[in-house]
This record gives sequence, C-alpha cells and structure tokens, in this order.
Amino acid sequence: MAAETVQFYLMGKPHAVPKGLTIQKAMEYAGFRQLRGCGCRGGFCGACGTVYRTAGDYKLKVGLACQTVVEDQMYLALIPFFPAVKANYSIEDLPPTAETIISLYPEVLRCVGCNSCRKVCPQEIEVMRYIAAAQRGDIARVANLSFDCLMCGLCASRCPAEIVQYNVAILARRLYSRHIAKPAVHLAARVEEIERGGCDADLASMMAATDADLKRMYAARVIEPEEL
Amino acid sequence: MRVPYFPGCTLHSKAAGFDASARAAALALDIHLDELPYWTCCGATFSMAADSAMGLVAPTRILASAKDAGKLLTLCSFCYNTLKRTNKVIATDAERRRKVTTFIEEDYQGTVKIVHLLEILRDDLGFDALARKVVTPLKGLKVAPYYGCLLLRPADEMGFDDPERPTILEKFLASLGCEVVEFPHRTECCGSFVVVGAPDTARECSGRIVDAAAVAGAEVMVVSCPLCQYNLDRAQHDPANGGRAKAKVPVLYFSQLLAIALGCEPSCLHFESHAVDPRPRLSAWLEAPAPAPAA
Repeated sequence: MAAETVQFYLMGKPHAVPKGLTIQKAMEYAGFRQLRGCGCRGGFCGACGTVYRTAGDYKLKVGLACQTVVEDQMYLALIPFFPAVKANYSIEDLPPTAETIISLYPEVLRCVGCNSCRKVCPQEIEVMRYIAAAQRGDIARVANLSFDCLMCGLCASRCPAEIVQYNVAILARRLYSRHIAKPAVHLAARVEEIERGGCDADLASMMAATDADLKRMYAARVIEPEEL
Repeated sequence: MRVPYFPGCTLHSKAAGFDASARAAALALDIHLDELPYWTCCGATFSMAADSAMGLVAPTRILASAKDAGKLLTLCSFCYNTLKRTNKVIATDAERRRKVTTFIEEDYQGTVKIVHLLEILRDDLGFDALARKVVTPLKGLKVAPYYGCLLLRPADEMGFDDPERPTILEKFLASLGCEVVEFPHRTECCGSFVVVGAPDTARECSGRIVDAAAVAGAEVMVVSCPLCQYNLDRAQHDPANGGRAKAKVPVLYFSQLLAIALGCEPSCLHFESHAVDPRPRLSAWLEAPAPAPAA
C-alpha cells in the first residue's frame, strides 16, 4: 500500500510528500538541499523560521521548519535570514537603563503596539510586551519575557516600526546578566579551580583514555551535581 | 476599593516619585491601585487623524485589558487624555471600532471608565472625608495649583473640570490644609514636548508660569503631569543651561503633598530627582513625627 501523501506548495510550486514529515524533511524529500535555513534540526538554533498559510484561512502562520509537520495545501516560504541592525557595544561600560537601550536602538520608541511581532513568533514570546518594557527601562522584565528567543528574526520581518526586537532583547539579557543579576558564586569557584590547575589531572586522564573508557565515563557522568 | 491602574511609561521611569507617592497615598486611603499585568505605551498623544486607526491600536488594547473591571485609573495627563479620547472614539464611532477591535482581536465596545485619582478623591471619597484623614496638615504652605492643558481640554471630551475656571486642585489642596495661591497662568501651556525640538521656546512658556506663581506668593507648585513637572522644574534648574525662570519654586506632583499629609513613608516621594529640591521648604512637615499606628 502506498504511503498517504500530502501536497504542499514551496514558493508556489506543488510537491507531494509522505504525510507526517516536518517541513524540513518534506523539502528534502522533494529534492531541496538546504545549505542555509538549516541548522541544528532540533528546534533550538532558529535558522529555519518559516511562514505559511493553509487553505481557506487568511491568517499568516509560522513555525520552525524542523519542528512543524507539513500539512496538505500548506503554502510556505522559509525566511532563513532577515536584514537586521546590530549595535556594537561593550557591555561593561553600559548602565542597565532605558537610556542605554534607546541610545543604541532608538527605533524601539517607534513601536505602535500592533502586536505583529507576537503573532509571528514561533516561540510564542510576548515580543510586544518586552519592547514596551524596554521602552521604560525594565531590563529584568525584557530579559525574563525574551528568555526563550531563538533569534529567528521573524518578528523583525513583520515590524512596521522596523525594530529588530531580538537584538534589543539580547542587549537587555546581557545588561541583566552583567549588571543586575547576582554573580553566580559557583561560576567564580569553578573558574578559580580551573585557573589553579584543579582540572588538569582529570583532563590528562581523559586525553589518555581509550574510546571505550570515554564512552563509559560519558554515560556515568553527573549532570548538575547537588553540591559543589 | 480596588482599581485597575495604568501607570504609563514615564511613571515607571522619570516620574517614579509620582507613581510611588500616588500608590502609597491611595493605599493610606484604602484605595488599592492594581497595576495592569501587561501594558504598553499608550502612544502619549491622541492621534487626531480621522482616517488613521494606527494610533488607536495601543490605547484600545490597554482599555480592553481593563474591560472586566470596567474602570481604569491613570495619573499622567498624557495617558489620561489619550486613553479617554480613544475610548470615546471606540464607544461612538462604529466604523473605527470595528476596524481597531478586529485588528487587535478583542471584543471591546468602549465601556471602560477612565478615572484620575483626583476624581476618585472628589467623587468617591469626597474632599471633606479626605480632610478628616489628614494626619499632617500642611497648614501655612502656600501652593499654586497648575493644571496645564491635557487634563482639562478638550473640555467636552475630558469632562474633568471647567477648562477656564477649574477648582478640583484648589479644593484638593484646601482639604490638605494648604493655602491656595491664585495666579493667572494655571491653565496655560508649559511648552509641552516642544521642549525637545525648540527648548528655548518651551522654557519661555514654563519660565513665565513659574515667575507668575512666585510673584503671587507661591512657595511650591503642584502639577499632575510628568511633562509639566519636567518643564516647570527644569526651567529653573540652571540659567547657564537655558533655564529662564527667576524664581526657585519647587514643583511637586499633587500626590507627593497628599502622601506627606497622610503620613506616608518619605521614601515614596523621590524628591532627590527634582531639579529644585522641595525638601528645604517642606522640612517642617517632612520631619513631623510619624503618626501613631491606628489601634
């Protein structure tokens, strides 16, 4: 029995593929070799942002090509890249304030609150709300609301105010982690341990280990030990 | 009483003392200001272009988020003006209501009542009742009330007070025990956002207002707008920087005087951010012993 197929349209051209594939695999099945717009294939890197419509619905839908199952009569296009402005800065020198954000990205003040960014976010991040928080200098809130951002760029592609939201968000997360969040004591302890050569013996023994030993050590490793 | 509260961007940043003093004073009157969980900038100015709906989108979404409570309190004159006028469009203009509410995907009919804290004090609590709650009467403090533009005008839309002869701030100040100073410039424009593009022009407007209040004998002025406060305060800051007012009259938010009169913690006042420090003139009341806690 032949596998059930669905027909999807890539940039207007129909392709029939087996049901149940992700958009990314459906494209490969249809013969496309993806050099850009294809990264981790696991929903983390944000390289395969995709916009699509389905039959009989005016709504523009979005998903990551590696995570979204292809549907019958789906019209889609990948947007692997969208031109963005990116400010250069030294995070050490910047105070965590609204003025910092506005001086580096003055366009955040052009937000009219249309919410197009939120509607097009494959991660369902409250993009408009974090831009509102950025305008008033609530850095912690920007960092918190934007935490799951993959920087796929779809928000920037739809913004009528031409804001590059994800670059504003990563600035806020950097400001938060450098200037607002409490320093992580275990990080400082680990860096100190490494600097005084506390890991050298372990590293040397791993360098000398066989593949089988390495596999055994890997399987037995402790992730996030309870205490340091 | 619990009231949904829209602070607006300025009260979350430059005008933190307005926000904190209003929250503290309201709480002392058992009025809980419940900040909306999520909000954006209201747009700051009401868009008067009848053929554009863009400027209505953000304020309508804010209003719709308060529709279950049916009421939304705000303090900044720009926010108050923008929200109130937007609400009128949504309530009365079916075509623009349809356009905007389908765009934001909210069913909203313009049913929220936008209220100012001064209105709650006047209409819900009453100024007589407020006077009875004062623990630190501001006896002898000569205060010039300044309204500016946006609280009062356009009068038929704002419905706040008489645009030519308003009295709400005067009655409010009297209930705190202040001596109200009359002066002729209380409803003139401070220069508003002209200060960004033509600071000299704005400073001339605000300088004239401060001078007039000082000539009339004012020791402090009160406002209900962060931009009025900024303009009137900064106009006096430093003559070398273009400040033109001759007088040095501290410019306070009405809520700061209210908080002092109700015996709130001085940490809510944020006077350190004022260009003209109000503390020397207010020391008699700021150093008043804290009232004994109610039994």
